[in-house]
Amino acid sequence: MYDFNYHQPKSVAEAGKLLAADNQKPLAGGMSLLPTLKLRLNRVDGVVDLAALADLQGIRREGDTLIIGATTPHAMVATSADVQQAIPALAKLAESIGDPLVRNRGTIGGSIAHADPGADYPSAVLGLGATVVTNQRQIAGDAFFTGLFETALQPGEIITAVRFPIPEKSGHAKLRQPASRFAIAGVFVSKRAHEVRVAVTGVGPHVFRLTQAEAALAKSFAPAALDGITLDAAGLNSDIHASNVYRANAAVEMTRRAVAAAS
Amino acid sequence: MPRVSLTVNGQTVAGEVEGRTLLVQFLREHLQLTGTHVGCDTSQCGCCTVHLNGIGVKSCTVLALACEGAQVTTIEGIAEADKLHPMQEAFREHHGLQCGYCTPGMIMSALDMVRRKGFDLDEKTIRHQLEGNICRCTGYHNIVLAVQAGVKAMKARG
Ligand SMILES: Cc1cc2nc3c(=O)[nH]c(=O)nc-3n(C[C@H](O)[C@H](O)[C@H](O)COP(=O)(O)OP(=O)(O)OC[C@H]3O[C@@H](n4cnc5c(N)ncnc54)[C@H](O)[C@@H]3O)c2cc1C
Ligand code: FES
Ligand code: FES
Repeated sequence: MYDFNYHQPKSVAEAGKLLAADNQKPLAGGMSLLPTLKLRLNRVDGVVDLAALADLQGIRREGDTLIIGATTPHAMVATSADVQQAIPALAKLAESIGDPLVRNRGTIGGSIAHADPGADYPSAVLGLGATVVTNQRQIAGDAFFTGLFETALQPGEIITAVRFPIPEKSGHAKLRQPASRFAIAGVFVSKRAHEVRVAVTGVGPHVFRLTQAEAALAKSFAPAALDGITLDAAGLNSDIHASNVYRANAAVEMTRRAVAAAS
Repeated sequence: MPRVSLTVNGQTVAGEVEGRTLLVQFLREHLQLTGTHVGCDTSQCGCCTVHLNGIGVKSCTVLALACEGAQVTTIEGIAEADKLHPMQEAFREHHGLQCGYCTPGMIMSALDMVRRKGFDLDEKTIRHQLEGNICRCTGYHNIVLAVQAGVKAMKARG
C-alpha cells in the first residue's frame, strides 16, 4: 500500500472541503477501500475518515420511510428492531454480508458507493426503490448504479443516508460464493399496492431489475408466477465461480426463493 | 509523521505512524505485541482479530490513525496475570489448535461472538459465527469444541 494522508473531519461540511482536493477518498468501514489499496488496485493521496461523524450513523423510521445513515455498520442493520419490523428482508440481507467481523465494520454507504457487482445492498436500493441522499442532492436508486464499480456520485460527493420506502412485503435470497460470501446471484423483491420490484445483483456488471418477473409477479405474487421466465445469459458475468448461463438460471431461482420467503 | 495515542490492554501507548500504517502493524511492529497475526492480504482470514472499543475487528483493515483515543484489546490482554482466560484454557484443554497460527484470532473472534450472541451457543451457531476466521490447518472440529467449552466456562464464571 502506498502512503497517503489521513484526515478526520469534524463535520460533513469539513469532509466535503477536504474531498475537494486532488485524489482524496472518503473512508468508512475500510472493508473494501483498504483491501483495494493494499493490493494496489487503487491509489489515493488522502483518505477522509467519516467514521467519527455522528450524524451519518443510525437508523430511524419516519412514517413510511426507513432512513439508514451512511456509516451505519451492517451488524447494526441486521440486528435493528426497527429494520426487522419494517423491512425484515433488509435485516436478513445485512446478516448475509461477509462474516461477523466484516459486518462489525463495513457500512451501507461504503457498500453502495463501492458498487461491487456482487455486493448485496445495491439489490435492496433498487429492489425497494430507495433514494440515496448525499451532501449535495437526492439521487433516485434507479439512477444510482451506472456501471461496474460505477455510480452517479461525483468526485467529492458524500452519501449521508439511504431512504427506504417501507413495502407491504419484501424478500431476499442469495446464492453465496462460499469463500467471499459475495452474491453469485442475489435477489431482493418487494411488493406494494401499485408495484412489484425485483432487483438482481452478482449477475450483471451492476445491479439490475428483472422486469419480466416484475410483470408476472404484479399479476400474482407467488413463486409459480415465475414459471417459464428465463433470463438471456448474453453479457452476464462469467468467472471461475459460475458461468453466465449458470448465473442467469440462478437469478430466476433466487427470485423464486425470495418471493417464497417474502414477509 | 502523524502521532497516534491509544490504550492497548489497559496501558496508554503512543507512536509516530504513517497514514497507511495498519492497526496490526502498529501492534506488532511498534508495540511488539506479536500475538496478533497476519494471515492474508484480503481481509478474509481473521488471524488479526482484536477488539476495538469492545468490538471484534480485523486489525489488518483498520488504520492506526483511526484508533486515536480508542481502547484496543489483543490476545495478550485477556489473561488475568498468569491465569489463562477461560476461552484460552478451553483451546488448550480441547486441543483447539494445530500450528496455532489462527488461534489468537479464533479466540478474539469467539469472545466477540459471546458479546453479540450471549452464552447459549449451539454448535451450528458457533460454526456459522466463525465464518470470518480461517484455519489453514483445517482443525475446525476441535476449535468448535473449544469454543463450546470456553463459553460454558465463561457462563459458569459469571
Ligand atoms: C472478507 C469480506 C467479505 C465481504 N463479503 C461481502 C458480501 O458478502 N456482500 C457484500 O455486499 N459485501 C461484502 N464485502 C464488502 C463489505 O460489505 C464492505 O464493507 C463494503 O463493500 C464497503 O463498505 P465500507 O464501509 O467498508 O467502505 P470503505 O471500504 O470505507 O469504502 C468503500 C468505497 O466507498 C467510498 N465511500 C465510503 N463511504 C462513503 C460515503 N458515505 N459517501 C461516498 N463514498 C463513500 C470510499 O471512498 C470507497 O471508494 C466483504 C468484504 C470483505 C473484506
Ligand atoms: S490478516 Fe486480517 S483478515 Fe487476514
Ligand atoms: S491451527 Fe494452523 S491455522 Fe489454524
